Amino acid sequence: MSRDAVLSAVNLTRHYQIKGSPFSKPATVKALNEATFELYPGQTLAVVGESGCGKSTLARVLTMIEPPTSGQLTISGHQVSLKEGQRPPAALRREVQIIFQNPYGSLNPRKTVATMLEEPLKLNRKEMSAAERRQAALEMIAKVGLRPEHADRYPHMFSGGQRQRIAIARALMLNPKILVLDEPVSALDLSIQAQVLNLLADLQEEFGLAYVFISHDLSVVRRIADDVIVMYFGQPVETGPAEEVFTTPRHPYTQALFSATPVADPNRRRERVHLKGEPPSPLAPPPGCPFAPRCHLATKECTRLDPPLEHVNERVAVACIHVDQAAARYAVAG
Amino acid sequence: MSQLILSKKSSQPAPGTFRYQLASFWSDFSASRGALVGLIFIVFILLVALFAPWVAPHDPAMQDRSALLVPPVWHAEGSWNYLLGTDAVGRDVLSRLIYGARYSLSISAMVVVISMGVGIFLGLLAGYFRGWVETVITRVMDVVLAFPSLLLALGLVAILSPGLTSAMIAIAMVQLPYFVRLTRAAVIGEKNREYVIASRLSGAGHLRLMFNTLLPNCMAPLIVQATLSFSTAILDIAALGFLGMGVQPPTPEWGAMLANAREFMGSAYWAVTFPGLIILLTVLMINLMGDGLRDALDPKMKRS
Amino acid sequence: MALLDIEGLSVRFKTSSGLFAAVENVDINVDRGEVWSIVGESGSGKSVSMLATMGLLPWTAQVTADKMAFDGQDLQQLSSRQRRRIVGGEMSMIFQEPMSSLNPCFTVGTQIDEMIKQHLGGSRKERHERALDLLAQVGIPDPARRIKAYPHQLSGGMSQRVMIAMAISCNPRLLIADEPTTALDVTIQAQILELLLKLQEDTGMALILITHDMGVVAETAKHVVVQYAGRQVEKQDVKSLFAHPRHPYTEALLSALPERAGDQDRLPTIPGVVPGQHDRPSGCLFNPRCQYATEHCREVEPVAAPDDPASTLCHYPLDHPAVGTPPSATPQDPLASNPSSHNPSRPEVRP
Repeated sequence: MSRDAVLSAVNLTRHYQIKGSPFSKPATVKALNEATFELYPGQTLAVVGESGCGKSTLARVLTMIEPPTSGQLTISGHQVSLKEGQRPPAALRREVQIIFQNPYGSLNPRKTVATMLEEPLKLNRKEMSAAERRQAALEMIAKVGLRPEHADRYPHMFSGGQRQRIAIARALMLNPKILVLDEPVSALDLSIQAQVLNLLADLQEEFGLAYVFISHDLSVVRRIADDVIVMYFGQPVETGPAEEVFTTPRHPYTQALFSATPVADPNRRRERVHLKGEPPSPLAPPPGCPFAPRCHLATKECTRLDPPLEHVNERVAVACIHVDQAAARYAVAG
Repeated sequence: MSQLILSKKSSQPAPGTFRYQLASFWSDFSASRGALVGLIFIVFILLVALFAPWVAPHDPAMQDRSALLVPPVWHAEGSWNYLLGTDAVGRDVLSRLIYGARYSLSISAMVVVISMGVGIFLGLLAGYFRGWVETVITRVMDVVLAFPSLLLALGLVAILSPGLTSAMIAIAMVQLPYFVRLTRAAVIGEKNREYVIASRLSGAGHLRLMFNTLLPNCMAPLIVQATLSFSTAILDIAALGFLGMGVQPPTPEWGAMLANAREFMGSAYWAVTFPGLIILLTVLMINLMGDGLRDALDPKMKRS
Repeated sequence: MALLDIEGLSVRFKTSSGLFAAVENVDINVDRGEVWSIVGESGSGKSVSMLATMGLLPWTAQVTADKMAFDGQDLQQLSSRQRRRIVGGEMSMIFQEPMSSLNPCFTVGTQIDEMIKQHLGGSRKERHERALDLLAQVGIPDPARRIKAYPHQLSGGMSQRVMIAMAISCNPRLLIADEPTTALDVTIQAQILELLLKLQEDTGMALILITHDMGVVAETAKHVVVQYAGRQVEKQDVKSLFAHPRHPYTEALLSALPERAGDQDRLPTIPGVVPGQHDRPSGCLFNPRCQYATEHCREVEPVAAPDDPASTLCHYPLDHPAVGTPPSATPQDPLASNPSSHNPSRPEVRP
């Protein structure tokens, strides 16, 4: 990639300390473990995984709500060095904004749309007059496909899809370079989901935005992602270009995830890679590879060491010691 | 009371759709008949208190030596001059009740303003910062709650020397924990909502998050608590007055009236009954209105 | 005779601004051992019609139907006592939020036991045995230990398994699953769906799956009802539905699926939103969002043609050549296998 990355993460890790009660020892929950990736302008990086896989922790670290426990985060060429409880410098904070899954919780119920959109300008662009701010808010309202008369309404008067448009408008008011999209369409109806996805694609083209798209919906991810990180239990288990990961998933978990996803085609009822059991408890992580207890390829060796992410070719990296076997099996089954 | 109306408005600021919100609030509020009756009664009392010099037939402090303990007008010995009779020193009970409304209502309003203002501030601090700030504030409030409220108020008044101001401060202090706890609980509930995080990401500081973002979303239960506190304050003020620790004579405060007339309870029931009745009615009506407000404002009671 | 036979079911809710028709004129005929799916977006009334069948709606709901029979018994005529015996016993239901469907104060075993005691009876020991069997049947590892667990000790997937165990405890002949996997992760969803289908096959019960997920429909159901804004817009065999949707809404919904969009630059969308209580249009409810809508659609409410196998609620059902002979018509479904000679002429406005 010749362009400069707008965001790069090296071994980004976030642990939480759980205070011990008199009856239990304090524990460390490894919510995010050694995530490494780069994000380029105009590109979409999808983070895929199930609940508890560290997707939301990653979102909180990337938006600088929480500092990483270790690892490096570089945004627009500036290295972020945050301490616990510290606020990031305004210049950096503006670069990254977030869109949440639940359009009903992400808008302040007591504020009008215009007030909400003007707030970031009021706080960050002190030189703007009230009239200029209002103008900017109205322009953004039009840009996300709402009408000017919506400006003075309250959130409860909008449908879920419209609210998500408002949330997107608010995030874009400060011209960020990066949008973290935390399951932005999974709370929306199918017919509305397509509208919002198209809007996101339009805005990405217009502003050259880089998206970190967190989702569990593989059909959506396949459609919009350039690169994919598949996460399991706080760890990236497979990373690479979306096209390649989707056509030839190599990690057993990726394969299981793909085959578990229902496909809207009644003629293609294929055999599933069966995935038994449930993800382990973060308070009692299994020894070795966290996926081993559910993996059909697991051997004794898997319970002994946690495999690091290793490149299988130039673009794709997989964290599995049986990666060749897994890939071969999938090729036969598929 | 005027503060209540103000805070209600400030929690729903609005160009454009303000009328819509007001209309939906009104339709919810007026759905309860009791609330409506309460509101009408309170407005009536307020008006009477406001226009006391024009409404009251006599000066509340004027002592008519020729008419001591005159019974109300419907008794044979009653006089049209003193509709509800006179007390032991010949003062018109009706006029004193009318002027008393000024004292009772304004003292209670002050109490609510003080305890709500301080309570919201402490509650916001506790709920927003958590940690040791929260521990200190909630523990102190727990201590206040552990005292019987009237005993605490009496003690405080005794320390501060009896009088109107100390009575107000004492009762505000007694009411404080309810506001602090309510605010803290509401803030904790709202603090992790996504809109607060979004506001933070757009650069809002602690003060802005606390007062501009969080507070308006925590107001509904507080307004309801304010009406309830208002009625409790009337009762407490009356009780302090009755015990001689609150308003000092000859100020016509309802509780003090009750106290002054208690030795004639057997012979002149009117001097005791009417102040008691008016306290009862006012408290009842405010509580009715509070219920209606809760129904109209509490988001848990309605789906918008 | 169909197991569940519902005709002309309507549900209206009393609201402060008058009656709101949440469901109108829904027909469903489910035979023994069939797997049906009711699919629709939020506000389509897909859950309401089944809750009405179960008699689980609040008193503000007015339920009317031309016919509402379960196994030949008219549900509308039954006393509430008789109805309770059917509901939960022969006809049971599971819900979207498994965590909140279980009472947090009691152990899993107590709650299953309660269910068995109500409907089947038996000695304490027999009931305990049955509860253990059930837990094993729904794939809960180590049932003897789990039966003593409280709901908060279970994950979402486990809770849903327990709910399923309770639902099948009395050998129901019809199981209604209302978005049973929406709150669960994909891999757990696959497990639960598989479990439901396996139980359906083993016990021969009928299964009605309410969902919004077209993928789930495609992988599980044999027959599909599509609902939009409280109306049943079409009813088809799953394969022909996906291949040849008859209603423009179904067609638009399917083409909005990201995986069906192919190489197009942007996803095809359905403009606008599902109409709510106050903004229902006149004529066909879908007309403001329909690319084929004509003046006729805006004025006249459509009714399904009597000879239309899919009972498409549209003035101009999409006319696919294959609709007359659905490739996988099942013998229990006489309407679908009956070659339709009805070929409504297309209006000229259609692109």
